[in-house]
Amino acid sequence: MLNSNTSSQRRNETLLLWLLRGLALISGAIILLILFFLIWEAIPLFQQVGLSRFFTDPSWHPASNEFNLTPMLAGTLLVTAASVLIATPLGILSAVFCHYYTPPAIAQLYRRLIELLAGIPSVVYGFWGLVVLVPLINRIHPPGPSLLAGTLILTLMILPTIALVSDASLASVAPEYIKGAAALGLGRWAMIRGVVLPAARSGLITGVILETGRAIGETMAVLMVCGNVVQVPHSLFDPVRTLTANIALEMAYAVDNHRAALFVSGLVLMGLIALLVAIAELLNRGQYD
Amino acid sequence: MTKFIAFPVRRPTSKAPFRSSELGAIALVWSVVLLVTGALLWLLGDIFWHGMGQVSWEFLTTEPLNAGREGGIAPILVSTGLIIGVCMAVSIPLGVGTAVLLAEFTSTESWLGRFVRLSLDALAGVPSIVFGLFGNAFFCKTLGLGFSILSGGLTLACMVLPILIRSTQEGFRAVPDDYRRSAAALGLSRTATLWELLLPAAMPGLVVGLLLGLGRAIAETAALIFTSGYVDRMPESLLDSGRALSVHIFDLAMNVSGGESHAYASALVLVTVLVLINGMVAWLAEWFRKSRILGV
Amino acid sequence: MTKSLAQSRLAPTLMAPPSLQTEQLSLYYGSKPAFHSVSLTIPPGEITALIGPSGCGKTSFLSCLNRLVDLTPKVRRSGRVLLAEQDIQAIEVISLRRRVGMLFQKPNPFPLSILRNIEFPLREHGVRQRDEIDYIVETSLQDVGLWDEVKDRLQAPALSLSGGQQQRLCLARALALKPEVLLMDEPCSALDPLSSEVVEQLITDLQGKYTLVVVTHNLAQAKRIADQVALFWVQEGAGQLIEVGSTAQIFEAPQQALTSAYVTGVRG
Repeated sequence: MLNSNTSSQRRNETLLLWLLRGLALISGAIILLILFFLIWEAIPLFQQVGLSRFFTDPSWHPASNEFNLTPMLAGTLLVTAASVLIATPLGILSAVFCHYYTPPAIAQLYRRLIELLAGIPSVVYGFWGLVVLVPLINRIHPPGPSLLAGTLILTLMILPTIALVSDASLASVAPEYIKGAAALGLGRWAMIRGVVLPAARSGLITGVILETGRAIGETMAVLMVCGNVVQVPHSLFDPVRTLTANIALEMAYAVDNHRAALFVSGLVLMGLIALLVAIAELLNRGQYD
Repeated sequence: MTKFIAFPVRRPTSKAPFRSSELGAIALVWSVVLLVTGALLWLLGDIFWHGMGQVSWEFLTTEPLNAGREGGIAPILVSTGLIIGVCMAVSIPLGVGTAVLLAEFTSTESWLGRFVRLSLDALAGVPSIVFGLFGNAFFCKTLGLGFSILSGGLTLACMVLPILIRSTQEGFRAVPDDYRRSAAALGLSRTATLWELLLPAAMPGLVVGLLLGLGRAIAETAALIFTSGYVDRMPESLLDSGRALSVHIFDLAMNVSGGESHAYASALVLVTVLVLINGMVAWLAEWFRKSRILGV
Repeated sequence: MTKSLAQSRLAPTLMAPPSLQTEQLSLYYGSKPAFHSVSLTIPPGEITALIGPSGCGKTSFLSCLNRLVDLTPKVRRSGRVLLAEQDIQAIEVISLRRRVGMLFQKPNPFPLSILRNIEFPLREHGVRQRDEIDYIVETSLQDVGLWDEVKDRLQAPALSLSGGQQQRLCLARALALKPEVLLMDEPCSALDPLSSEVVEQLITDLQGKYTLVVVTHNLAQAKRIADQVALFWVQEGAGQLIEVGSTAQIFEAPQQALTSAYVTGVRG
């Protein structure tokens, strides 16, 4: 470490250090503040109502003191699962395309396209979904705003995440594997599925985790196209309401218990994300044996 | 030691068995690419097509009329600018300071360093609606700021912080150690080294982080709808409620019947701004990379 | 895995190892020449060592023989390579690479299990039957002396093997495809002396059944294993073939002054 040679320099440096430490502490404290306030606002309801009612009440009807979150939880999980299931192969294959099936110039063009997709704000996705996709689905099967609409829009939104992360993972696959595979006379697709994808596995899993987190947390787009009916959907064409949309819709006018209930759903969301991170940790630990 | 069994084996032919799977793979990959490209072009084309007719100088400089169905978006642009301004004004000192501490003044083992890193990682995973809840509870209620530009800006600052810090850290990491060593050999203080030498050298990372954060903030809606509110008049102070552009699009799309055409126009403006920002980020990142290689 | 199985299912083929020949082969990376106008005959069933200091095109030359250079963009090639009198450009490349196997300097087993490392290329080349695959895997591993060491842990990751074992696995993987020619790019240089000895002995055992081309830095090794030696050197900015002859001739009665200088260690 460096030694300052005058006492004023030393004093300045100590001041700087403490200033920086203060700033860093503030930055570090934010997440704690968030958790604190979520719990603070939610506690009155917990004390009144207990935990099980969030899953066993007849429905979500805060005005009549009913707080069942299950329909919204189902909505979130279904929309997330469906979109991740579709976006993951599309994204990984997009990355495979850029690396192995096209000259670098076209690959760059496609990458720029994907980056463009990534830069479109969720409210614009939701808007387009509302005015273009929903009427189209309505023609096939009313009403239009539905689980399907939410899945399709969300797929488009999380695709760039998995595509760009996969792209980076594939780039880091050791060239020795490629040469070795070529020297053994393996075809391109055989090499990709047999050697490259297994070698890039941990990066790809990270990408899936990231896109799932994004899907769970998405609010505006699903709010605008899912129909927001409080129900557990029975078909793709049924409208749903996600936890995030629930909060966004009702926060403006919610008071007391209703408001507290929304903060509870905020905590549930954080819980889902934490679960996801835990799963990611577990998966990554399995890599190091 | 070994013996070779020159045993007979069916000489594989390089024909049917894998040829079809190779061709199938090519078809699959190309159809994915065409699907994705088609979807994007459809979306962008639609926005462009419907928005182009509405966007004009007038649109950008007049007040909204008739709940936004007519008129322009001037106050909304001003509000957006102010919210972003507050966000940046708060997050830059906080973010750069934290990044400097993490990059230059702490080891990976110190408890402060580990705590801050961990909490920033957690912060990066928080969904935007939860930021909205937090902002509403903390800034609007507890600190008494109510629905205001200030509340919105502060909330966005919290959201943008991890992005800014990560990128700035990278910027510092990219500065070669030789700089620090020569400065030390010359007896320069840490403060002077930081201010005169390291910060300017790490500037590209900082700017990239700033632009990334900016892009994220401009696109944000959920965190703003109940922190900065919905009011679409020209704001008079930071404590006034103000409507951001993304919120305006949301309102026109969902709550105002007949508001589609102006929603398209606003969406076009928003997307254009974001494309420009992302373009700058890409260009800067490339310049950053090249200057490192050439030692500029 | 019984003799009757081998007889009933598979047509017996015992092909004599082919000769390999290059006619004025030159290679350019963009505008930079790697080597120029090399005409070399590699006799069937013999071990040919390519010697010379680094940077004189030996590895690039080797990569031309199984068209691995095709992977590198912006290469220009002139001249011909003939495998058993047939131009390799006319042979379908996947088929070529099965007939001409390659061993790299740094062992590069796939990040898969030991079994999958051999099974996967076999499947891709059309061998699909379970018992046939097991048979080939066992015999290939026996051929490189790995079978006893790994037979109880075929599902273990290949990367958990030691460097020497990995290199032997790579050899087994190449042998499983029943090649006719084996190209080896300094196969022992990344290994410890003990493993090096083992691999070298394996190479010697391969003689007669395969045509082998071995690039080596190690003159003593070349003297030990090779039947024919070819010296490469950089002249006029490109790799050139200086002299080729039997091992005895190159080391004891070299025709060129450069060869004499190199093999006696005067130049390196």
